[in-house]
Amino acid sequence: MAAVEIRIELKKGVADPEGGNTKKTLESLGFLGVKSVRSVKVFEMELEMDPEAARVAADDMCRKLLANPVIQNYSITVR
Amino acid sequence: MKPEDIKVCVLRIEGTNCEDEMAEAFRMVGATPEKVHLKQLAKLSPSDTRRNLEDYDILALPGGFSAGDYVRAGAIFAARIKAAVGHEIKAFDESDKPMLGVCNGFQVLVELGLLPAIETTMTSVPTAALYNNDSGRFECRPTLLRNDNRRNCTFTSDIPRKKVLMFPSAHGEGKLMSMDADFVWKLEDNDQIVFRYTGEDGEEPEYPWNPNGSVSDIAGICNSSGNVLGLMPHPERAMTRFTHPDWTRGYDTEEGDGRAVFTSVINNLLG
Repeated sequence: MAAVEIRIELKKGVADPEGGNTKKTLESLGFLGVKSVRSVKVFEMELEMDPEAARVAADDMCRKLLANPVIQNYSITVR
Repeated sequence: MKPEDIKVCVLRIEGTNCEDEMAEAFRMVGATPEKVHLKQLAKLSPSDTRRNLEDYDILALPGGFSAGDYVRAGAIFAARIKAAVGHEIKAFDESDKPMLGVCNGFQVLVELGLLPAIETTMTSVPTAALYNNDSGRFECRPTLLRNDNRRNCTFTSDIPRKKVLMFPSAHGEGKLMSMDADFVWKLEDNDQIVFRYTGEDGEEPEYPWNPNGSVSDIAGICNSSGNVLGLMPHPERAMTRFTHPDWTRGYDTEEGDGRAVFTSVINNLLG
């Protein structure tokens, strides 16, 4: 069994309205010094395979569904 | 061939909506639409309900939403189409049959690699993205669209070039993006830009006239061979004058602005 965490984030230069709006709202609530807010998406999954196979499978999942390579990068952590 | 001989597959899965409006729009211009669940094409439904994609003349992807729009808008619908009828879709495209994707349907066409498809028919990975509106929220409002196509697109041949139409928009993720610096130039060169947002009286479409921040104010594109159209605004919601926001205030065209998209493709198929 492998525990896999897949983190999907926007590529540099892609506008992040969710992060931007969150930052603005936090500031409106009085939080000071919020320099930047970025939104990321994390998928946690358990895969019934060894860690090496899990990494290969997760990579394939990212390419086929979880990330759009035009605007998103992904990183995979296997435990 | 008569209009009613033209069979339209309006594809749906769990959580799609607007398939009724899409089917009705094709019915209003005389074609024969059928709402078909993906499982019917994938032969996963009872045998008397199974359908073949190749038996249809037009494929329409409605929008709305699909599958909760989890992961990214349209991503799950696209992945399911690829898994179930990937080869059939490719063959449909390669035989130059018309495909229309509205809103979520546009997002699905981009995720499928059927759009923009600048150099090939269908790419194995997406080469563009429809991402969150710059405003960071769902934008539901009338939008003005200018037909910028130079006659490549099969869905706009009845619409005079530069004519401005009003279709409603309703989406949260409609900002067309590419990381290719020459993206717009390539689209322009191939005559793949179909509709651009425009402001009132032809002015630059400042927000909210461009509701999402799309590059070069692009609202809809076709593939390089012109048989696949994807657009964010909803022509199927503008089939009668009564859905035009100004129908009581001077909009006196008898038919809705959206109808021309449907008559164009039907007339082209009738030859």
